[in-house]
Amino acid sequence: MHPAYSVIAFTTVSGAGYGLVFWIAVLSAAGMLPVSGWASFSAIAIGLALATAGLLASLFHLGRPERSLRAFSQWRSSWLSREGVAAVAAFAPAGVLALLLLSADPAWITKPTAMLAAALATLTVYCTGMIYASLRTIRQWNLWLVPAAYLAISAATGGILLCFFLSVFGRVPAPAVWCAIASLVAGAAIKLRYWETIDSNPGRYTAEAATGLSAFGEVREMDPPHTAPNFVMREMGYSVARKHARRLRMFAFALLFAVPALLLASAPLTGFETAAYAFATVFAASGVLIERWLFFAEAEHVSQLYYGRARA
Amino acid sequence: MTSIPERTEKKLGLVIDLDICVGCHACVTSCKEWNTGGYSAPLSDHDPYGADPSGAWLNRVHTYEVVDNGNSRTVHFPRSCLHCEEPDCVTVCPTGASYKREEDGIVLVNPDTCIGCKLCAWACPYGAREYDYDDGVMKKCTLCVDRIYNETIPEADRVPACVRACPTGARAFGDLGDPESDVSKSVDARGGCDLLEEFGYKPVNKYLPPRTMPGASAAEETAVPDFDGSALERLFEWVDKALSSKG
Repeated sequence: MHPAYSVIAFTTVSGAGYGLVFWIAVLSAAGMLPVSGWASFSAIAIGLALATAGLLASLFHLGRPERSLRAFSQWRSSWLSREGVAAVAAFAPAGVLALLLLSADPAWITKPTAMLAAALATLTVYCTGMIYASLRTIRQWNLWLVPAAYLAISAATGGILLCFFLSVFGRVPAPAVWCAIASLVAGAAIKLRYWETIDSNPGRYTAEAATGLSAFGEVREMDPPHTAPNFVMREMGYSVARKHARRLRMFAFALLFAVPALLLASAPLTGFETAAYAFATVFAASGVLIERWLFFAEAEHVSQLYYGRARA
Repeated sequence: MTSIPERTEKKLGLVIDLDICVGCHACVTSCKEWNTGGYSAPLSDHDPYGADPSGAWLNRVHTYEVVDNGNSRTVHFPRSCLHCEEPDCVTVCPTGASYKREEDGIVLVNPDTCIGCKLCAWACPYGAREYDYDDGVMKKCTLCVDRIYNETIPEADRVPACVRACPTGARAFGDLGDPESDVSKSVDARGGCDLLEEFGYKPVNKYLPPRTMPGASAAEETAVPDFDGSALERLFEWVDKALSSKG
C-alpha cells in the first residue's frame, strides 16, 4: 500500500496526542497528577492540539475535504466514521477536565470526567487501528495485533510526552515513568509478534483464484491492460524491498522502543531528566514515523493478483 | 445508507465468457466513452497522449497465459466491478456515498457526497474502483444505470455500453437473481464461476470458463514414421547413431 504522508502524520501525531490526554486523565483520576492549574490545563491543551493537528493532516488525504463533515454519519458500519465520531467526542470530556483542573479544589465531577476522557481517547485510537484491521483485502492489516499496536504505540508516545512535560513543569512521579516504559515494552512485544506473523503467512489468495482459472493451470500475466500504472497499481501496488524492510524494522524497533525505554529508565538516575525525556521524545518520534511508513509499505493488497502477483 | 440491503429485488450483472473474449478492448473504450459523459462524468485522464498516460477507467482487460503441463493458453480477462451481494466497499464508506441499490443490486458511488477517502478502493479485492484525481471522488462501474432504464434511447441500446460494444458476444447483461433468465441459464450450462469465491463478497457478475477442445494437447509428440528398410533410411540410421554416440 502506498504510504501517504498525510495518513502517516494523522495516525502518529493524533495517536501521541490522545495518548498524552489518556495518561493525564488516568493520573488525574488516580489522584497522582503532580501538577495542577495552568500546567495541567496546558498539558491537556497540548494533547488536544496534537490530536487536532493529526485530524487536520488526515484532511489532506481526502479528495473533497470540504465535505468531511459527512464522515460522521455512518458510524453504524464504518470504522472510519466511528473514528471521526470518537475523535471529536473525546474533546468534550478532555476539555472539561482541563477546565476543572484549573480550580484549586477538585470538584466531585473531576474523577468521572477524567475517566470518560481516558475511555474516549482509548476508543479513538482503537477505532484508528480498526480502520485498517477491518480490511480483509490486506493480510498484513487484518489482524488483532494491528489495533493492539496502535493502542500500545499511542500510549508509549503519549507517555514519553507526559514525562517530558512533567519534567519541565515540576517533577515526574515514578508511576508515570513506569507506565511509559510498560507501554514501550508492550508495543515492542506486539510489533515483534506482528512482524513474525506477517512473515510466516504467504497469503491464502492466488492469481488462479482471482481469475477463476484454477482448473486450467498456473496463471501468468502476459499483457497488462494499460501501458502506464493506474490508480490501483499506484495506491495498492506499492511495496518495499525485503532487505530494506528488515533494516527499517530494526531502526523502528531501536528508535521507537529500545532507546526511549533505556532513556526513560535511566533518566531519574542521571540528573539530566528533562534532557533525557527530550531525547526520548525525538527518538520515539522518528521511530514511530518509520514504523508507520513500514506499516503501509509492507502491506500487500489482494487486487495486485490481477497485476502479476502470484499470492496475496 | 452504508448498510447492505437484506435482499435486492433483482441481481443485475454481467456474465463474461472467457472462451469468446478476444481481448480487443472495445468494451473498455466504449465504457470510457459513455461514462465520461454520463453518470460518472468526468472520467479524468492525465497526460493521455504523452509518455505516462493515466486516468480513471471503469473496465480493464488483462491478458493472461495459463500454463498447464507444458501447454499454455491465452485468456483475455475483462475486469470491472462485480456488484457483489455483500461487499465491504459499501460498509466501510464513512459518508454513505457508496451504496447498493435495493431495487436491482447495483453498487454505486454518489459523486455529490463522496469525500474521496479511498477506503472503498482499499476494501475491494478486485481492484474495481478507480480514484479520479481531478474530480476528487471515487469512480466505478455503474452497470450503465443511465442506459439500462433510459427510455430516450432505442431499446437495443438499453444495455451496458460494454455489452453493446462487444463484437464477439462475450459479454451478456441480465438478472442473475432470476434462475430463468438467459444469463442464469448460461451460467448453469457452462459452469460459470465467482472470482475469489472464498473471499466471501458474493459477486453477482459471473465468468464462464474457457472451453477445452476435446483431444487438444499441444505437447503431444508427432508419431515417428515406421522404418521402411531402404538404403537411404539405413544411412540416416547410421548417421544418427554415429552422431548420438559422440554425446
